Amino acid sequence: MKRLLGKTKLLFLLSFIVLLLAGCGQENLTALIPKGYGADSSFYLIVLTTIVMTFVFLAVIIIYSIVLIRFRKKKGREDYIPKQVEGNKTLETVWTIIPIILVLIMAVPTVLATFDLADASDADEHINIHVTGKQFWWHFDYEKEQIHTSQDLYIPVNTKVYLHVKSDDVLHSFWIPSLHGKIDANPENVNTIFIEAWEEGVYQGLCAELCGLSHSLMDFKVIVVSEEDYDQWVQDMQSVNVDDESLDAVAQDGKALFEENNCMNCHAIGSPADYAPGRVPVGPDLTNFGNRDKFAGVLEPTKENLVEWLINNEELKPGNHMKNMDLTEDEAGKIAEYLMQLKHSDVTPESVKD
Amino acid sequence: MGIAATEKRSIGAFIWDYLTTVDHKKIGILYILGGGFFFLLGGLEAMVIRIQLIEPNNDFVSAQTFNEMLTMHGTTMIFLAAMPIIIGLMNVAMPLQIGARDVAFPFLNALGFWLFMFGGILLNLSWFLGGAPDAGWTSYASLAMDSPGHGVDFYISGLQIAGAGTLMGGINFIATIVNMRGPGMTYLRMPMFAWATLITSILILFAFPALTINLFLLMFDRMFDTAFFNVNLGGNQVIYQHLFWIFGHPEVYILILPVFGIFSDVFSTFSKKRLFGYTAMVFATMLIAFLGFMVWAHHMFTVGLGPVANAIFAVGTMAIAVPTGIKIFNWLATMWGGNITINAAMHWALGFIPSFTIGGMTGVMLGSAVADYQYHDTYFVVAHFHYVIIGGTVFGIFAGLHYWWPKMFGKILNETLGKITFWLFFIGFHLTFMIQHFLGLMGMPRRYWVFLEGRELDLGNFISTIGAFFMAAGVIVFLYNIIHTAIKGEQAGADPWDGRTLEWSIASPPPYYNFEQLPLTRGLDPLWIEKTEGNGKIVPGEPLGDVHMPNGSILPFLMSFGFFVAGLGFIYQVDHWLGYIALYGGMAFAIGCMIVRSLKDDHGYYIPKEELEEALVEREAD
Repeated sequence: MKRLLGKTKLLFLLSFIVLLLAGCGQENLTALIPKGYGADSSFYLIVLTTIVMTFVFLAVIIIYSIVLIRFRKKKGREDYIPKQVEGNKTLETVWTIIPIILVLIMAVPTVLATFDLADASDADEHINIHVTGKQFWWHFDYEKEQIHTSQDLYIPVNTKVYLHVKSDDVLHSFWIPSLHGKIDANPENVNTIFIEAWEEGVYQGLCAELCGLSHSLMDFKVIVVSEEDYDQWVQDMQSVNVDDESLDAVAQDGKALFEENNCMNCHAIGSPADYAPGRVPVGPDLTNFGNRDKFAGVLEPTKENLVEWLINNEELKPGNHMKNMDLTEDEAGKIAEYLMQLKHSDVTPESVKD
Repeated sequence: MGIAATEKRSIGAFIWDYLTTVDHKKIGILYILGGGFFFLLGGLEAMVIRIQLIEPNNDFVSAQTFNEMLTMHGTTMIFLAAMPIIIGLMNVAMPLQIGARDVAFPFLNALGFWLFMFGGILLNLSWFLGGAPDAGWTSYASLAMDSPGHGVDFYISGLQIAGAGTLMGGINFIATIVNMRGPGMTYLRMPMFAWATLITSILILFAFPALTINLFLLMFDRMFDTAFFNVNLGGNQVIYQHLFWIFGHPEVYILILPVFGIFSDVFSTFSKKRLFGYTAMVFATMLIAFLGFMVWAHHMFTVGLGPVANAIFAVGTMAIAVPTGIKIFNWLATMWGGNITINAAMHWALGFIPSFTIGGMTGVMLGSAVADYQYHDTYFVVAHFHYVIIGGTVFGIFAGLHYWWPKMFGKILNETLGKITFWLFFIGFHLTFMIQHFLGLMGMPRRYWVFLEGRELDLGNFISTIGAFFMAAGVIVFLYNIIHTAIKGEQAGADPWDGRTLEWSIASPPPYYNFEQLPLTRGLDPLWIEKTEGNGKIVPGEPLGDVHMPNGSILPFLMSFGFFVAGLGFIYQVDHWLGYIALYGGMAFAIGCMIVRSLKDDHGYYIPKEELEEALVEREAD
């Protein structure tokens, strides 16, 4: 894989620049600016196959243009009857053999890369995270670290991280375009991939398999932090204590309302002591909610948005499974305040962006 | 007995004639009319999708409506528009091309059409009865099981009925080509379109049962509480995906191979040259069809089948590029050295070459499994299959319509309007779909109701929507062309294009019995052979005699109606016992029609020799 990469490095670089000039989309969202191992493997094959196929396309277009210019019906020879050629063995052999060679040029690296990306033999030595897709959000369960979190996936930079992906309801597909291609979240089995991000940052994740009304709003974020920050974050998440939080008076009221309305029936907060491997909450885990890059996948984490969500979430995310809690605006405001103050770590999407 | 003759009779008699017809030419026209209607409907759905995506966070339609639109757009275009129009063209042209008086089973042919029509109507009734299916045209089981209401039930029943019709059509064409080729018409003298019809029909025969089974399993799961795909009860929804694509991938070749045949005929006719490498073309088509059954899992690279399966299916997929490449180069070589007339039909054929080549290119690119992890389920895939299905199938349908319109209706479609249609549609098509390749890679998955602001996807989507309007304008001009041609169109002779194959040796439109005497074929391009080596007239391959013809029948229509009612019954029996009345009633009615058909002797009738003699004399006089 690496050797092949070296050989085509120049072409690779050249086409990369061309694509960059043509506009590749938004960084950390587009697959055209790969920033991780899997996305890079894919991108290499995208470029290779594009170059080979462009060669074929040009061959077709050149012959096509000559045909159109030379053999179009011309004045004075309307009745010309061309020679009725049956075929030509040599020519036909040529345009059978050349495509076979071209196919081989593309097939060999494809097969190599397919096996390379599917190799999970060293999973035990790395971070293992169980990913669960649900309508319309994602849950992350850090097996060894015993941490639950939803929607924001924290991983260290330049480290292999194994993801074990499944679905809790219908079929979803897990996609972080800048880091790795898709893997389906099947309800019947676990699919394993590894990701390795090469740059710190906040990466956009998407659902790529039609899964219901809010399929297009089922976003998540991958927050790639330095090794030290990651360790810090893990430590912070492991030492969350819900009973010992510095909340202001409004948030205290919010917390009471949160409990009164039995929100924790669906939404877990903190409680590392209760960690159960493989448990997927009914609704997103709200630990560290105040540090979310977005909430409900696509909404800015402002108090107004949160109040709007608590009162009228169907409008914002059709088909989502959150119950209507019949909250007044005042109650929703207090709960929002409480949730916004749930900041359990200093390692945040904001701190990575800086 | 063409349109001109029938117009003299009352409207009622005209409609009755078409309801009961078993004539392959009329059934072909019905298929094209029905398919054309659904094509417009699917086009409107496409416009709704594109308008919704003209700007970020748009709320032109709700998420539910959007999911219904995308599902119905795909389902309608593939099952109810593209395939029926192609089957219509096959019906019109293929029997004439092989020198037959009709298809092998005319009654079955009519039944196939009416099943398609009633299936299509049933599917679209869902719009008025609580909402259309919303789980995508693939209707993957886990989401389809999750879908509330009856939308998906309409999908199941509608497609089951329409699919049965298609399967009958396929069997009928195989029987026709195997048994009813005229004197001297050996397999390797058949026009490419007849070959494409044969190979496509074989694909239908083997691919459609997988769909039928899959729909039955889904139907049992949804209506009768079985658990084939219900994971919570030990089912497996990946099996649905396998069965769907075992049908679904050959289906793409069912859509594309017939138009390969059309283009072969069009290129050769308008270049005034024999098709280059005819035998290679035939075997390339067979190879594509064969490989088409071997590559279904390339739609499932991200399912997690493992590296071995992914690698095998990746290499298999790329291998299809070889026979497809052979075909492209053979078409170019057919034109090379020719005397090319560039009329409306040829515009579509020439537009096809670069467009389809791009679709083929991206097809090979998609075959590279690891690259596909990025392409899969994004607008890149949407762009790819529209390049293949529009750049191939739809262009081919337009080429075929322009080419055979004079044979069907006796009038040539207006050339100028035809060219305007082409340019509007061609420009619109590339505007709409070229940019979508990039949108997909820039992070836009398919089937997204909204895309968010600030993701640099705005411009691409805007351009794409503008392109869609150009395509719509092209279609409107084509509709105007049809009306214009019907009123003031130029009368076409028997052979307006200086044709090479048998259909151009008889009147336009052909008499209802096609040939007074079955034609003798002396080689590939029989009419061309007679033009260059004989007196320009086809030599009869049989003595003049009475001709046996089938009687028309209303039974296919009634039978299909019975299944339609039963389909409604299946959908509603879960809600109310009245559904059972429709179910059993419809079934009983359909089976009753079958019994009538089986027990009532119907030997058809004979056209007396004298009538044919008169027709021959009249033709000589022209």
